[in-house]
Amino acid sequence: MDLYELTLHELQEKLHNKQASSEEIVKAVFSRIKDVETKIQAFITLDEEGALDKARKYDVQDHFSSLTGIPYGLKDIICSQGMKTTCASKILENFVPFYDATVASRLKEAGGVLVGKLNMDEFAMGSSTEQSAFFPTRNPWDLDRVPGGSSGGSAAAVAACEIPFALGTDTGGSIRQPASFCGVVGLKPTYGRVSRYGVVAYASSLDQVGVFSRDIRDCALVLNIIAGKDPLDSTCVDIEKPDYTEFLKDDIKGLKIAFPREYFQEGIAQGIKDTVKKALLKYEELGAIVEEVSLPHSEYALPAYYLVAPAEASANLARFDGVRYGRRDFEAENVIQMFSSTRAAGFGDEVKMRIMLGTYALSSGYYDAYYLKALKVRRLIKNDFDKVFEDFDLIVSPTTPTTAFKLGEQTGDPLTLYMNDILTVPINMAGLPGMSIPCGFVDALPVGMQLIGKPFDEGTLIRAAYAFEQNTDYHTAKPDPGVM
Amino acid sequence: MSKDFETVIGLEVHVELKTRSKIFCSCTNEFGAKPNTNVCPICSGFPGMLPVLNEQVVDYAIKAGLALNCEIAEYCKFDRKNYFYPDLPKAYQISQYDLPICKQGYLDIEANGENKRIGITRAHLEEDAGKLVHQGTISSSTFSLVDLNRSGVPLLEIVSEPDLRSSQEARAYMEKLRSLLLFAGVSDCKMEEGSLRCDANVSVRPYGQEEMGTRAEIKNLNSFKAVEKAIDYEVRRQIEALEDGEEIIQETRTWEEERQITRSMRSKEEAHDYRYFPEPDLPPLRISREWVERILQSLPEMPEKARERLMEEYGLSEYDANLLTLTPDYLAFFDECSLYYKDGKIISNWMMGELTKLLNQKNMDIAECRIKPAALAEMLKLIDEGRISGKMAKDVFETMFETGAGPEKIIKEKGMEQISDEGTLGMIIQEVIDKNPGVVDDYRNGKKKATGFLVGQVMQATKGQANPALVNKILAEKLTS
Amino acid sequence: MTLSIQEVQHVALLARLNLGEEEKEKYAEQLGSILQYADKLNELDTEGVEPLDHILPIFNVFREDKVIPGPDREEILANAPLVEEGQYRVPKII
Repeated sequence: MDLYELTLHELQEKLHNKQASSEEIVKAVFSRIKDVETKIQAFITLDEEGALDKARKYDVQDHFSSLTGIPYGLKDIICSQGMKTTCASKILENFVPFYDATVASRLKEAGGVLVGKLNMDEFAMGSSTEQSAFFPTRNPWDLDRVPGGSSGGSAAAVAACEIPFALGTDTGGSIRQPASFCGVVGLKPTYGRVSRYGVVAYASSLDQVGVFSRDIRDCALVLNIIAGKDPLDSTCVDIEKPDYTEFLKDDIKGLKIAFPREYFQEGIAQGIKDTVKKALLKYEELGAIVEEVSLPHSEYALPAYYLVAPAEASANLARFDGVRYGRRDFEAENVIQMFSSTRAAGFGDEVKMRIMLGTYALSSGYYDAYYLKALKVRRLIKNDFDKVFEDFDLIVSPTTPTTAFKLGEQTGDPLTLYMNDILTVPINMAGLPGMSIPCGFVDALPVGMQLIGKPFDEGTLIRAAYAFEQNTDYHTAKPDPGVM
Repeated sequence: MSKDFETVIGLEVHVELKTRSKIFCSCTNEFGAKPNTNVCPICSGFPGMLPVLNEQVVDYAIKAGLALNCEIAEYCKFDRKNYFYPDLPKAYQISQYDLPICKQGYLDIEANGENKRIGITRAHLEEDAGKLVHQGTISSSTFSLVDLNRSGVPLLEIVSEPDLRSSQEARAYMEKLRSLLLFAGVSDCKMEEGSLRCDANVSVRPYGQEEMGTRAEIKNLNSFKAVEKAIDYEVRRQIEALEDGEEIIQETRTWEEERQITRSMRSKEEAHDYRYFPEPDLPPLRISREWVERILQSLPEMPEKARERLMEEYGLSEYDANLLTLTPDYLAFFDECSLYYKDGKIISNWMMGELTKLLNQKNMDIAECRIKPAALAEMLKLIDEGRISGKMAKDVFETMFETGAGPEKIIKEKGMEQISDEGTLGMIIQEVIDKNPGVVDDYRNGKKKATGFLVGQVMQATKGQANPALVNKILAEKLTS
Repeated sequence: MTLSIQEVQHVALLARLNLGEEEKEKYAEQLGSILQYADKLNELDTEGVEPLDHILPIFNVFREDKVIPGPDREEILANAPLVEEGQYRVPKII
């Protein structure tokens, strides 16, 4: 196998045994990127020179950290010191932060080599990466199809072996849905498990940084690095962080798994339901106890989400006003005009639409009917999960209602696009950890299975995912986007 | 002012809490630095930045709340107040909307010689915005500059009930509020530096009417005097308008110091809609009663109590005791001085008299005064010991004020010491008697007033340094012997 | 359901977004249909349900009152579109 095809833990071993140098690995990665990137278009920014410099530096040093010399990518919503961070928006086209997000600095300190910044839907608003202000990213399994979104660049780059792992963010499914579409592992940790400091906010009460990888071990390794208390994020919780690799045990005997009937209803493609049901049989075979449950408020999660998230976004994106950074309209004669025309020209349609929606939901006379109502429904959704978790260790469902759709297929009516999030949004609304792992194929397109855990119980997700992975071979399948 | 109308005033006071760092970031909370030097990505609202609450801010808010007799919330949270303005970096201000940290308090003022209780509706925490600087004059400049040094300075907004009925009461409220906050030690309350700011909600209504009149909110009141004058102007304006049959518009007005008028701030293009919602980046606060108790214990003696103590222990008049407890610095000066000198009335007289006079002349604060309390006590003892006269003491005091030197040193250097040595005085007096036999005869023939002339001669001979009491005594002895 | 153009205009002003006529019409329709979808929430009786505004059961997260000097002014201002005398320059506020 070529170096670029190896997982993070395989690369660690090569480096450790001096079978490869970091420089060789980084060169292999960039050569792969050159081969496939014109088709995939996963990266907004690449830094070959910087990455090679770093790799060479690590090659001559004795000290080894967990990531020393290993390349990775960051979704372009995660601030990286000295490297452009655009959020795939024209309004931040030339923004170069002078600070690192906490997750970025943790990977840096662990010795990782940042290769570049990954494409996404503008400000993480979208489910296809077609809302990037720059260009759409393609699904490595079928270049006519979307990689999902909003972290589509991260998912596609990992699936196409451009990098061994990447970070993304997930507000309503933005890690799990693209992971599912691209056939890779995608973990959204519990709200509060990973720092949001330096991650450009979309919906602050829902956003969480997570991992894309090609296997579960890598996912655990990266989570070990990025999880844990950060004094710069008041919502990043100070509770004990286990060593997640401890959960990499092929043993789930007696694990109690629930599957909610509402997640297998009409609107979910039959092939997907069948595939996930088959996976549940596998779990039974491995000794787990699998039972059907009900999460009765599931259907209300999506409408509630599309009030809460835009409301928070309308405030979070208000700071892009052309005063301190980013683009500005210099023609404007007064400040209100400057704000309004700067923002109108700088934001894309979907972003403007959500800002408008959120502004409306918070505005005088509508707050109670929309925003407050949504917060109450959010409570009911959380109560549903709490109840199931009294009796079960894990909830399993499909990640998405369909496999990857074609570019341009869902750009008209926003509601159609929003339906993509119907199975992932409730997990964010309840603040729970969720993971998507490859569990089969329908028409040669990957299908993802969603594992949902108790708050701060990523360990059980990793354990269940690892057991499934060890007893199936879906994760070994690789797309062939073709070499130029 | 018309006697047909009653004035109704409520005040919203913003007070800067004197923490070392800002409310949500570690930038210094310091006044007067070069523009944009006390800033970081958090208080400049950069992408991805998050607030982390300064614990001291909460301590101070509780302290202030207790000083203002408020209820301290057991649970409170922060909210975002959304509006666009170039000096508001995130385009929302983190504030507290429906659950303020303090509510339902009061303070007492003196109105028309009587005690009057003014209700405090609430006090909530929020962050300050930056500052807009105009080039040249506001009308001639074509652009504005934004300085974010002040962005993120912790503020406590204290909202009074509409209990105030005149500009004098409003001023008294402000002075009392300032005094209480100074005593609590939560702010330096410098109106000229903006660490104490006031907006006034003013309305008028015919006497007897229950319903409130339409109010105007007056901003930019940067001194006690401005509070008084702006309210007086605004009340006059509203009454005149009503008497002319006009309607009062609910609006925001600004006080123009130069023209001594309130002026309508141009009507906004939109009605304000702040779209408050809970701040997701900050977990809520739970304030235990133990915490409140701990702050209560740390609260220093408040002015009311101190006043009573001064009246009781030193027999000071209410008037003097009031003045001495206006600021904690005055009280501390008095208390320290009284450690070394027992007669509080005399200390008070000197503080209220000479000291205040000199401070006012120099426009200085007592904290900046070069005379230390112990030095004043030392000087007062010198008077008692007869080493200087009261008149000389005033000169000594002035020199102490200017140079900071101790009274002993000044007396020595200036050769000002009173002559209280009986032998020396006896010789001088004998000389005067010998030189003025006619006057001595007059005295002995019953003209007792003749001593006045002789005393004058002795004083002249000693350049005023003779101890007058001793002179009188020795002279009487010599004349009757 | 569609929103009126006036409503769209009002929201656009609050959000500081200049919209063209066509855009206003598009948003009137799209916002209308999403809000109609949101009306689904009214099927639920939420009387007495405590709104969930903070998902984590944590309180009183503080930092110590300690000063840490910020970055150089040049660094802060480096991304600004227009700077004068160490400050952000904006059109005059009326």
